[in-house]
Amino acid sequence: MIQVRLAGGGVEVEFQAAAGITALFGGARAGKTFILDAIAGFAAPAAGRILLDDEILFDAASRVHLPPRRRHCGYVASEWALFPHMSVRDNLLFPLAGIARLERHRRVKETLERFTLAEAAARLPGELAPAERLRAAIARALIGEPRVLLLDEPAAGFDVAMRAEWLGLLRRVRGETDLPILLATRDLDTCFEVAGTMLLLDAGRILQSGSPRKVLDQPASVEAARLLGIRNLFQAEIVALDPGRNTSRLRLESFELAGPYLPGRLRGDRVWLCVEPGRLLASPHDGSKPQANQVPARLERAADAPRAVRLEFSGGIVAEVPRHEFERQKDNKEWLVEFPPAALRVL
Amino acid sequence: MPLDWSPLWLSLRYAGFSTLLAIAPALLLAWLLDAVVSLDIFLPPVVFVYYLLSAAGIWKLSFNWDAAVVLSAVSMLPVLVRLMGTALDRVDRRFENAARVLGAGEWRTFWRITLPLAWRGLLAAAAIGFVRAFADFDLTLIVARRASLGFLLPLAVFGAVDIALRMRRRQVAA
Repeated sequence: MIQVRLAGGGVEVEFQAAAGITALFGGARAGKTFILDAIAGFAAPAAGRILLDDEILFDAASRVHLPPRRRHCGYVASEWALFPHMSVRDNLLFPLAGIARLERHRRVKETLERFTLAEAAARLPGELAPAERLRAAIARALIGEPRVLLLDEPAAGFDVAMRAEWLGLLRRVRGETDLPILLATRDLDTCFEVAGTMLLLDAGRILQSGSPRKVLDQPASVEAARLLGIRNLFQAEIVALDPGRNTSRLRLESFELAGPYLPGRLRGDRVWLCVEPGRLLASPHDGSKPQANQVPARLERAADAPRAVRLEFSGGIVAEVPRHEFERQKDNKEWLVEFPPAALRVL
Repeated sequence: MPLDWSPLWLSLRYAGFSTLLAIAPALLLAWLLDAVVSLDIFLPPVVFVYYLLSAAGIWKLSFNWDAAVVLSAVSMLPVLVRLMGTALDRVDRRFENAARVLGAGEWRTFWRITLPLAWRGLLAAAAIGFVRAFADFDLTLIVARRASLGFLLPLAVFGAVDIALRMRRRQVAA
């Protein structure tokens, strides 16, 4: 278990992470690297405290700042930082200084086999395939038996095959160890595939934390929704609330929607409404009168997405429809977009 | 008249020993000092050495081979420190940080990571120091000549040109 409370360097965060993968998700300058650097001992924040199990790694108040070599952290930076002048074997031997020779070589042999690196042991990092280099970096970080593993966007810029290799490796490490693993990433898919918890970071603050599914389904604020890439964000005014029928009525710029009852809100409140594009229902408008929660909209742009077609309508509405459905209606410009009440999230 | 190679040989030894002597302190200073030693920008080497030795109260030392080499090494220190500092700074900090987090102290990080990764730059710095000692005229004129080392190459060339010019003048006068 690692407990982190930091302030300074443009960062103000407080969280704890247990065994398993905790993703630090955010864009550039979100503070991800600073947090990992502070835990590893490369940066000293102005205030705060870092506790790993029951050991204080950093405490600004009592001026405790353990040097990196005494923190027992495994750290993999972006581009991995394998020592380019040492073979894979020597890279693995490096953290084992001070351990008996036989034990050192036993551990290296075991690790080489565990990470399928036996054939690459004598090669320099520059002579390795990218997948081998990645495995060697993780192996080196783990061979010293750290108490926390810090991964600073090691997968940035990976192609599809490397990404699959990376995620497989992460799952394996997660399954084989009971370490807290802090993974800095800008990739939401990675959070969903491997992380049990994600911290949504923006400008050095945690906007929201929780399981990736919960965070995506229930963004806590407009900033969180924007960071998660939720496209449909609308300002709305609550014009009616009916606790009896468990409904509400929301007025947007040019149309009104029926939504679920909003406990704790009052009529007249202005709120932000968000809907995932995949949950909107778009169909061609044949001129008939729109049903409840259907909004007529003009198609402005259709863009290919990997598994669907993204439709951008007037009024800033974005919907996704399966490709085969869109192909049948691709020349149609007038559409009806339906906002299912269950898909509406009020922030 | 047979060509006299002794000034070249003497200069190579002089510059070589000075460089070897200067490398270790320069490397240490480059590693330890953040501020770049830049005295040589403001002071010619000979003035720098003069003031340095005056301040240390050892200007009266007897000039011999060892003293000449030491003075030459001292005079090349600022350049060497700056060049070596640049070579060390160019080592990617990620490697050094990786070493630290893997349990290495500062000395082991320097010895096992920084130094091997910076060796090309350090070698280039040493080569520049060597060339400087080899070709330096003013310090050679003051220090090496007084040390009765014989003729180092810059002095030998200067002497040869000087003699040739005098002979020419005499011929013209005659």
